[in-house]
Amino acid sequence: MPEANEIAAEEFSAVVTRHRPQIFRFLLASTRDMDLAETLTQECFLKAHRNWASFRGESSAMTWLMRIAINLQKDHWRNRRMQFWRQTRTNAVDLDEASEWLPSGESSVEQQLLARERVGQVWKAVESLSERQRTVFLLRYVEEAELSEIARATGLSEGTVKAHLSRAVARVRAGLGGKR
Amino acid sequence: MGEQNGLQVLEDGEGLHPQCDEALDEALRDFRLSVHAWSDAACNRPRTALAPAHRRRVWRLAAGWALGCALVAGGVSGGFYEHHQREMKIAAARAAEQQRLAAEQRDRLAKEEEEDLLAKVDRDISREVPSAMEPLAQLMDEDETR
Repeated sequence: MPEANEIAAEEFSAVVTRHRPQIFRFLLASTRDMDLAETLTQECFLKAHRNWASFRGESSAMTWLMRIAINLQKDHWRNRRMQFWRQTRTNAVDLDEASEWLPSGESSVEQQLLARERVGQVWKAVESLSERQRTVFLLRYVEEAELSEIARATGLSEGTVKAHLSRAVARVRAGLGGKR
Repeated sequence: MGEQNGLQVLEDGEGLHPQCDEALDEALRDFRLSVHAWSDAACNRPRTALAPAHRRRVWRLAAGWALGCALVAGGVSGGFYEHHQREMKIAAARAAEQQRLAAEQRDRLAKEEEEDLLAKVDRDISREVPSAMEPLAQLMDEDETR
């Protein structure tokens, strides 16, 4: 029995190593708050560890973890007891700061500026999305998840995911100055 | 999760044809790369043990504020209670003093009335002897001297 426990612990450790960056990235994009994203990531893996025995592998470990992360994030903002502490939201960086981060591959200063502007516009549009639209959008365009995976992670049907995604993209497009 | 380009999925329905929209495609690509770069930098930033301490400090600060507020509220309400009690005692003492004075006044009046009444009775019964009885009265005086 201790051997089985050790195996489970090793398995879980490997899952943490493999998926932690992705969970953190999703939570960081959702909250724009590094400390909060880290706290929620820790809570996510703590919760996953407690329930690891009940994970039956019906979906991938990533989808299962993402579902936990989404629920934790929702709970965090909806939990009444936390409302008093919502001032922690002020720890979120503003859109300009979030747009500062750019891949190092951009060749010229002009391209860097254009890319920064585009990223800023997308952030602005993302901020205006509903919670569900934002979650679906980030999973699709940041995590590059497939619709079926997003549906499993969010507990929505694929049709609903598609509808949310469509509205979110339309809003981003409008934010970029394009037509719907 | 998959590596497929997200925009392809929405080709059908909703009137979206993002594959034609290079600007959107580019913006979404930049956005994704930007978030990845930010996340990688955040993951690799040097960690300190300040986070739990900071949280503890926040809680301690909150607890301190709560305790302070409770103490101030308690002090203020205690002060009000004390003041109220003192006022009540002063009012009761004043009322008792007034009652005592009123009782004294009543007693004095009653005494004066009684004295007036007795004086009136004395006046009524000690009338002067009528002149017709004067000789008789003189005789009584002489008998007594004798």
